[in-house]
Amino acid sequence: MHLTTRDVKKVASLAKLAFSESELAHLTQQLGDIVHFVEQLAEVDTDGILEMTHPLDIHSALRADQVNACLPRKDALANSPNSDGEFFLVPPVLGK
Amino acid sequence: MTRLELQSATELGRKIAAREISSRETTQYFLDRVEALNSRIFALNLVDGQRALELSDNIDKRLQAGESLSPLAGVPMAIKDVLCTRGIATTCGSRILNGFVPPYDATAVEKLLSAGLVPIGKSNMDEFAMGGSTENSAYGVTRNPWNLACTPGGSSGGAAAAVAAGLAPISIGTDTGGSVRQPAALCGVCGMKPTYGRISRYGLVAFASSLDQIGPLAHRVEDIASTLQILAGYDQRDSTSLNEPVPEYCKQLDAPIKGLRVGVIREHLEHESLDPEVRAAVERAQLLLEDMGVTMVDVHLPHTKYSVPAYYLIAPCEASSNLARYEGTHYGFRSSAAPQADSPLESMMVNSRSEGFGNEVKRRIMLGTFALSAGYYDAYYKKALRVRRLIAQDYRSAFDKVDVVLGPTTPTPAFKLGEKLDDPVQMYLCDLFTVGANLAGLPGISLPAGQDETGLPLAVQLQAPALDEVQLLNVAYQLQTAGLFQQQVAELS
Amino acid sequence: MSVPYQVVIGLEVHVQLSTQSKLFCGCPTVFGAESNTQVCPVCLGLPGALPVMNQRAIELAIQTGLALNCEIASVTKWDRKNYFYPDLPKGYQISQFDQPICGEGHLDFPDPENEGESLRVRLIRAHLEEDAGKSMHDEAAGKADSRIDLNRTGTPLLEIVSYPDLRSAVAAKAYLTELRLLLTYLGVSDCNMQEGSLRVDANVNLHIEHNGKTIATPIVEIKNLNSFRAVERALEYESKRQFSQWQQTGAVMGDSPKQTRGWDDAAGVTLPQREKEESADYRYFPDPDLIPLQITDAQLQRAQSAVGETPLMVRRRLQRDHELKAYDADVIASQGRAMVSYFDEALTKGASAKRLSSWMQQDVMRTLNENNWTITEFPIAANKLASLLVAIDDGQLDNSRGKNVFQYFLDRPASDLEEAIKSLGIASVDQAELEQLCRELLAENPKIVAQVKEGNVKGLGALIGPAKKRNPNIDPNLVRTICQQLIDTEF
Repeated sequence: MHLTTRDVKKVASLAKLAFSESELAHLTQQLGDIVHFVEQLAEVDTDGILEMTHPLDIHSALRADQVNACLPRKDALANSPNSDGEFFLVPPVLGK
Repeated sequence: MTRLELQSATELGRKIAAREISSRETTQYFLDRVEALNSRIFALNLVDGQRALELSDNIDKRLQAGESLSPLAGVPMAIKDVLCTRGIATTCGSRILNGFVPPYDATAVEKLLSAGLVPIGKSNMDEFAMGGSTENSAYGVTRNPWNLACTPGGSSGGAAAAVAAGLAPISIGTDTGGSVRQPAALCGVCGMKPTYGRISRYGLVAFASSLDQIGPLAHRVEDIASTLQILAGYDQRDSTSLNEPVPEYCKQLDAPIKGLRVGVIREHLEHESLDPEVRAAVERAQLLLEDMGVTMVDVHLPHTKYSVPAYYLIAPCEASSNLARYEGTHYGFRSSAAPQADSPLESMMVNSRSEGFGNEVKRRIMLGTFALSAGYYDAYYKKALRVRRLIAQDYRSAFDKVDVVLGPTTPTPAFKLGEKLDDPVQMYLCDLFTVGANLAGLPGISLPAGQDETGLPLAVQLQAPALDEVQLLNVAYQLQTAGLFQQQVAELS
Repeated sequence: MSVPYQVVIGLEVHVQLSTQSKLFCGCPTVFGAESNTQVCPVCLGLPGALPVMNQRAIELAIQTGLALNCEIASVTKWDRKNYFYPDLPKGYQISQFDQPICGEGHLDFPDPENEGESLRVRLIRAHLEEDAGKSMHDEAAGKADSRIDLNRTGTPLLEIVSYPDLRSAVAAKAYLTELRLLLTYLGVSDCNMQEGSLRVDANVNLHIEHNGKTIATPIVEIKNLNSFRAVERALEYESKRQFSQWQQTGAVMGDSPKQTRGWDDAAGVTLPQREKEESADYRYFPDPDLIPLQITDAQLQRAQSAVGETPLMVRRRLQRDHELKAYDADVIASQGRAMVSYFDEALTKGASAKRLSSWMQQDVMRTLNENNWTITEFPIAANKLASLLVAIDDGQLDNSRGKNVFQYFLDRPASDLEEAIKSLGIASVDQAELEQLCRELLAENPKIVAQVKEGNVKGLGALIGPAKKRNPNIDPNLVRTICQQLIDTEF
């Protein structure tokens, strides 16, 4: 497929990334090259081949329903860019 | 004074255990080298000398008290900055994790600490392990100790450079598409990626979860084996870790390999991008193996051509999701740009991500987001997963015929800094010979194999069936003993 | 009242499973803890932390699926649902996309409008997923920061998705009531709506007969339904709103994307929720940190034996084996599994089902309500109640003396029937003694005798009180019979 800046803008909005117009042009070209490169895969006949999500064929790693120690709250919040000691604080969803 | 950097980690461990030298002296020796040389190559992006010396003292005390510790107890090491270290900043080479201090240790780090190894610092890396040159770090570029104008490879470039320059006898890297083996090759040290699931990923900051694997770098194969011995094993905190017994990796190192069958991957050896000197190195290894009575067999990995495209869909798809957690909310960097009035939250997230991530990471997030999005999932992501199975099947067929396969680690020796930085596809093609093992989950090791005419290291790669690290290390060790390479430290004067 | 449209409703129910720890980590799931105290690297989504499945959550999901007649997957897997929100610390929710643990199923429930009849809702699926945390927004002006509490993050949820098989708000409520009853029978969830253990989203539209064609209005998803009553009211409101909307605009399904509206309980209206600019693209893909889960036959059998009797089975049994009326069977079944066990225990100790049903519905439940007890806290054991009811059946006690015994049992939990009878001075009355008593009463009340002779038998009722005063143990029915006989023969 041919990637356009419009496609790239849409992807950027899904990925929560913003680009300037000049970045966008450059990125569109680079992503276009990469997409073109990976499209080689279309040559491969994969009919009837199952997707391989994991390198290993293992199943059912489960843990017992047991309670473990939690982090102390100060440690949980220690890395927060903004907190009041009880909650993580983030800007409001809606402005004005 | 003895030049400790010219000794293997195993030898240092033996001397410390025999109390011929203390762990503190050893650690201080390497810290002095870091102090003197790190600024030239920027292998380590964080050094914690005081803590290292405290840990060394503790090891010395325990040895003095007659405690019997692991063979590598007291030996200094560097940890790639992608492994969580409790109370010590972990940045993944990214601005977005600037200031992040994990409240927990990765399982691998826990195991190394309890085996008595002494972390002296964190090694620099491509941001979130994305890259093959260690130029994509928010904290600085790492240089190749053999030629400062060249890249050390990546993403574990700091880890490889640290060992190559004699700043640490051992370092711990991670390998998602070759990120241990490729820099090891470019820096002239040994680097191994074990079987997927052999070492717990708990505390390894994820790039591509189904491909990431921790691996050791060191000068000699026995150092790699001893470190793997410490790291390997089931961890119930990682659902993808293998609940299989851990063999003795050092016991079989010098077992004779006469009669073994080693395959030469034709698609790798005859690839158009392969540098003639690298090819010659592989052929040298081939001759050494034949001299030891090994039967060399041609093997084929017919889907080789598709491994890089498959990898550059699967890894970015997983990464786009793995890196969604970095949005300025719970930890790490939050943009100080004024948020948009109508959607303050959204703009804070977008600004934090846009300012916090570097170009390569953004490219891959974009690529992965695109390939997973509605309408493209089947043609890109799903297709890549199917090709992945074909690639794994290629390996399986090859290992029906041979015990281990031999080939190059990288198409060329170290390239110049900046050379491929703005040409992602060319950069990605450097991973041609390494990504297969990640896609198939297999163990592989890169071994130094001399130098090219400009003095840059050459390397070969061995790969083995899943969980056959014993065989892999055995062949690697025999090649080392037969003279494929000598332990060498780059002289930075 | 007949309306010119048919309401079509499908429900998505999120149920919090009763595990001790979260779905993918060992943090507790206790409600109401101080903010951000039930968190660890895994549920905080810290870099490097990895999820590991909680075995109990899998078991509870399978049990629920079996009770809902679902196909249980032999292999199920985990997918990531990618979206950004501050109460979702990983930037994705671990959920199940195309291989849910429970496939198609159905639930039969009592038809609220036809006693004894039932309705069926078909289920599309039931899948496991992790809950998000809680965001507390500044209600006033949106100026202050939002506060995020991640205690709830990672709590196991089972999302039960129905087909749009419901045709009225009342039926929707009845389905939910039955579903909640079933889940509490199973013990898989406490279903506490106030604490968010059971959450309902409703999808609703109308089929309108118009000019000989059926027109479908655009589907609306209603959120913020905090009680079954709210579900019922919101659906009633929304059907009317959609009809008048259609009358005004003529908009039909396909004209606009699915709209989400929130229920404002105080105002009694649904209000549009702010639409996102781009339509959601969750980019589901298999979670590479988790491996697929195989469900073995042995696991299925264990789950099946844990399921036990469902409310539907109890109702049928009580009607079929014990000849209770549908209404009575439903009242007993609806009180929960513990009440049914109590009932069954009393039956095995010889109580007759009908008398037991009546006593349970009146005396027992009234006492429970008055004291705010559950049946497990009720001081009269099932066998003791049974002994009382058997004594009544045998004529050893009359109903009113029975109530005295019941009260005696309540007051003295350690007592038994023998003691109660003795203490209350209950003794069977000799026939001759009783005849003598009646003869005296009749002689003292000639007016009543005259009334009876004129055919007014009810007059005898006035004699019961005075008779009881002379001897509290007399059986009022017997007094009536003997008096009648005496009037006929002696007066």
